[in-house]
Amino acid sequence: MNNFTVEAIDLTRLYGGREAVSNVSFTLSKGQVLGFLGPNGAGKSTTMKMLTGNLAPSNGSVKICGIDMMENPKEAKALIGYLPEMRPLYKELTVDEYLTIAARLHRVSSGHIKKAVEVAKERCGLGHMSKRLIENLSNGYQQRVGIAQAIIHNPMVVILDEPTVGLDPIQIRDIRALIREVGSERSVIISTHILPEVEMVCDHVQIIDKGKLVFNGAIDVLKKQRIGNKLMIAMRNPPSADEMLKLAGVVEAESLPGNLMRVRFAEDAAPAEAIVQAAVANNWGLYQIAPDQTSLEDVFVQLTFQEQAVPEPIAA
Amino acid sequence: MIINVARKELKSMFASPMGWVILSLLMFAFGTYYLNGVNDYFAVMSGAMRPAERTGVTQFVGQNVYGFASFMVLFAVPLLSMRLISEERRSQTLPFLFSAPISLTEIVVGKFLGLVTFLSILVVFIAGMLCTLNIWADIDFGFIVANSIGLLLMVASFSALGLYFSSMTQQPVVAAILTFIALFALMFLDRFFAGDPSNTLASLSLTRHFQSFAGGLIDTADIAYFGLFIATFLTLTVRRLDADRLRG
Repeated sequence: MNNFTVEAIDLTRLYGGREAVSNVSFTLSKGQVLGFLGPNGAGKSTTMKMLTGNLAPSNGSVKICGIDMMENPKEAKALIGYLPEMRPLYKELTVDEYLTIAARLHRVSSGHIKKAVEVAKERCGLGHMSKRLIENLSNGYQQRVGIAQAIIHNPMVVILDEPTVGLDPIQIRDIRALIREVGSERSVIISTHILPEVEMVCDHVQIIDKGKLVFNGAIDVLKKQRIGNKLMIAMRNPPSADEMLKLAGVVEAESLPGNLMRVRFAEDAAPAEAIVQAAVANNWGLYQIAPDQTSLEDVFVQLTFQEQAVPEPIAA
Repeated sequence: MIINVARKELKSMFASPMGWVILSLLMFAFGTYYLNGVNDYFAVMSGAMRPAERTGVTQFVGQNVYGFASFMVLFAVPLLSMRLISEERRSQTLPFLFSAPISLTEIVVGKFLGLVTFLSILVVFIAGMLCTLNIWADIDFGFIVANSIGLLLMVASFSALGLYFSSMTQQPVVAAILTFIALFALMFLDRFFAGDPSNTLASLSLTRHFQSFAGGLIDTADIAYFGLFIATFLTLTVRRLDADRLRG
């Protein structure tokens, strides 16, 4: 008996012959936050629907804490909290009524329902909205109710489909803190296309494109790809690339339009200081020097467009 | 678990004005019929000279009210049942139920029981109203019990059919119209075969099976008919929802 909270084995889903998701396999352990990345229509939501038993996979299986979703759906579903892309809110009810129903349906024992509702509201910052009709809440608060509904029964696995859509920056920060808090003792899967968000809250990343898993690994691997060994230098009188190459540690120099120059340096070298000194001595007129980060977007685009060229570090 | 789904349904029913309005309008109509029935009773009975023409007050007023009630629910049930699943489909709240640890059967039966419980309020109120006759007359409680059971079974059958049509569409109005047409056809099926009452199709008519209850007779064959009718449409609904999960 392993202690994986989520096990997806060869998940495949056909929609009329077209593979929306094909052969997606991964595992997740307790205390991990998994980020699901992918362009629109990549199969993120379909995968999540299969994980939560809302959609039957055409092939493959899902196990939640070792319980098969197909064979024992009730037991498996009891361990999951799920917020779909479209918030499943009954708008004619008040926040309290709705959360009470959610708790009841998720088998919270009747003596603990009141407490569970209070705790969920507090965690999602809904305390002062108890008696309001969900219909009258703002978009952001409705989203919070959706999240509260997913964590009310303290599930082992929380699956949130684009949880921060439509929230203001402060709310986003709160929700991210909440995700990390839940993720410290449980497992969380979130899907998003906001890349920095993944970096902030997740320890594992999966990039899915056209139904296929193109990257599955720890966030550090992705970060390493992102923060390379490059410097971006802006100078008023830029020297030629050859001149730059003479400096110790510089491996590659590339002149860019707009008086910019991109310099790649050897793995363990730190040529920034030398460059600044040379700039002063030769009057290059340096006015800006910064590490050149390949944006996460670039990594993402790279991974999703050149999937064959990218090695797949499976490090789950 | 079934009870929790039913409770949720009842809550939704009473959270919108729809439930209250239909309940009060129907009770108003039944009350009017009841009063008219009592008035007519004296008018008719004072004219009925021979003992054979005389009927008891329970039967006279009861037939009046229950006959009207069985007709009125034809309009009321589609209006109430139309939202059960189609509304959830439209506002995309079905995943809330699907991802909770409850089976499809529990969801469907829960929704069905929620609606039947709501409608049974009507049945109880009608029975209570007729029982007030007992203040000045000696009424036949057995007749009221049989009629109540009959009305409840009929309303439950209507609900099961309405639930099925509600599961087929995203538009509550479409569900209501389909339910109404189907119920109307089933109600008046026996009229089409009036010349040939032994026809098999005629015995599918819901009205015909209500008839024995209306006369104060609890017939197991009719109970079985309603039971099978309900079971059939609930099963079809479960299958329809399961197809959602399979086909997506």
